[in-house]
Amino acid sequence: MIRDITLGQYYPTNSILHKMDPRVKLVGTLIFIISLFLFDSIYGYLAATVFLAMVIKLSKVPFSFMVKGLKAIMILMLITVVFNLFLTPGETLVSFWKLTITKEGARTAAFMVIRLTYLIIGSSIMTLTTTPNNLTDGMEKLLNPLRVIKVPVHEVAMMMSIALSFIPILLEETDKIMKAQMARGADFESGNLIKKAKSLIPLLVPLFISAFRRANDLAMAMEARCYRGGEGRTKMKPLIYKKRDYMAYGSLVIYLAVIICVNIVLR
Amino acid sequence: MSIIVDHVSYVYSEGNAYESKALNDISFQIEDGEFIGLIGHTGSGKSTLVQHLNGLLRATGGSIYYNGADIYDLDYDMKTLRSKVGLVFQYPEHQLFEVDVFQDVCFGPKNLGLTKAETELSAYTALKQVGIADEYFYQSPFDLSGGEKRKVAIAGVLAMKPEVLILDEPTAGLDPRGRDEILDLIARLREENGMTIILVSHSMEDVAKYVGRIMVMNHGGLVYDDTPKEVFKYYHELEAIGLEAPQTIYIMNQLRAKGLPVRAEALTTEEARDEILRVYHRA
Repeated sequence: MIRDITLGQYYPTNSILHKMDPRVKLVGTLIFIISLFLFDSIYGYLAATVFLAMVIKLSKVPFSFMVKGLKAIMILMLITVVFNLFLTPGETLVSFWKLTITKEGARTAAFMVIRLTYLIIGSSIMTLTTTPNNLTDGMEKLLNPLRVIKVPVHEVAMMMSIALSFIPILLEETDKIMKAQMARGADFESGNLIKKAKSLIPLLVPLFISAFRRANDLAMAMEARCYRGGEGRTKMKPLIYKKRDYMAYGSLVIYLAVIICVNIVLR
Repeated sequence: MSIIVDHVSYVYSEGNAYESKALNDISFQIEDGEFIGLIGHTGSGKSTLVQHLNGLLRATGGSIYYNGADIYDLDYDMKTLRSKVGLVFQYPEHQLFEVDVFQDVCFGPKNLGLTKAETELSAYTALKQVGIADEYFYQSPFDLSGGEKRKVAIAGVLAMKPEVLILDEPTAGLDPRGRDEILDLIARLREENGMTIILVSHSMEDVAKYVGRIMVMNHGGLVYDDTPKEVFKYYHELEAIGLEAPQTIYIMNQLRAKGLPVRAEALTTEEARDEILRVYHRA
């Protein structure tokens, strides 16, 4: 049940996207997300759709697996649609009772749904094809220039990678604790809100205790191996750009050029 | 009165890259009052299997019958099943949460909807059964030693008065003394309450001396299912799947190989000693 959470999960297959340098994927995702909010014409969406479809094809991750992540933002999407649909002023399309749907409203609502969907799918492709360790490595390398203004880049990256690697561990732990309590007749599903909240205590107490214990053990293990931050620390597998990474950057530039052209020419 | 497992299979995360077969077409029957050792190395599927017996996991294929009733029937009462088939998990840390030992043990019977008096009585009886002294009752369960924690965890399940008690690796991480204490406790519970007991373990040595039947699992399948003496005849094959027969089995077999006419099926040191002495005196 708890294993169904797919947001931010890694999907192991062997595609060119999996092998790609995490920095390329980070920059690419960022560019893709920004591009989604740059254009406002149907052609822009067409370009983005083609680009996204190609990336999905390249990633070799089953499409159904990505769509699963969308369920989590269903409610957010619904609220956006409702607000855009009814509250955008403009030419009236349909009108009943006190509600009016305008032409502009329908248009923005539809575009907003597409934008949000692409945003989620775009960023989940990054996490699906990159291991958490790789991701933080890439982030550390990308943010490295910020060290000049005293941002503790390595420490932030280390914290992120620890947090990320603990997610599956704690999820599994939650699963085990739930089962152990269900074996003693605990019921996590039925009852009203207060009863449900109360039923979480037997789950949360062992979970917190275990999280603190694990954090303690980890700190001890890091200290025992003389960890003292990023100063003078080298990597076993340093990130080096390969030919395919430059090609990927190339395609990103092409994508961005297309989007900008479309935006200027076909306005 | 029995548990029947009929061609049960279980697949984790069906349909994506994490898919893995945990159980593969398993069938067996457990009669009332049996003492069973379920053995397999890590990842053989033994923990997955026992979670099916009280309905925590739902088989992706096959059916399970408890006392003749299909537990996958729509109107089958899972809560009652979980109280009748008690499952104690490997780590007591996963279930202890209350402010004191006594209240923690009360959690199970309270969930069954017993009155306060009944709840406290079963909690008290359960704690006494596992041999927790009165002075521990109002201590935090987190301050106890590993062995005591495990006893409290067992009491937490016993308080629901199960007919079948399943223990998942109850001796993992305990020192030899703690291990013997827990195993003796389990054997005593069976004698006093006439419970059916399934002991999950990866160590033959632990269970050989107590159980009447051993089920060996490997790669999600049931490989052997017989009395310990019969199962240990295959000690070479067991080694191949990462399990070791008790040391005495090896010694006796080697003595036989050297030409000493001992029977090779001694399960404990005492049995081995008597057998060697018997042959020695005859010579």
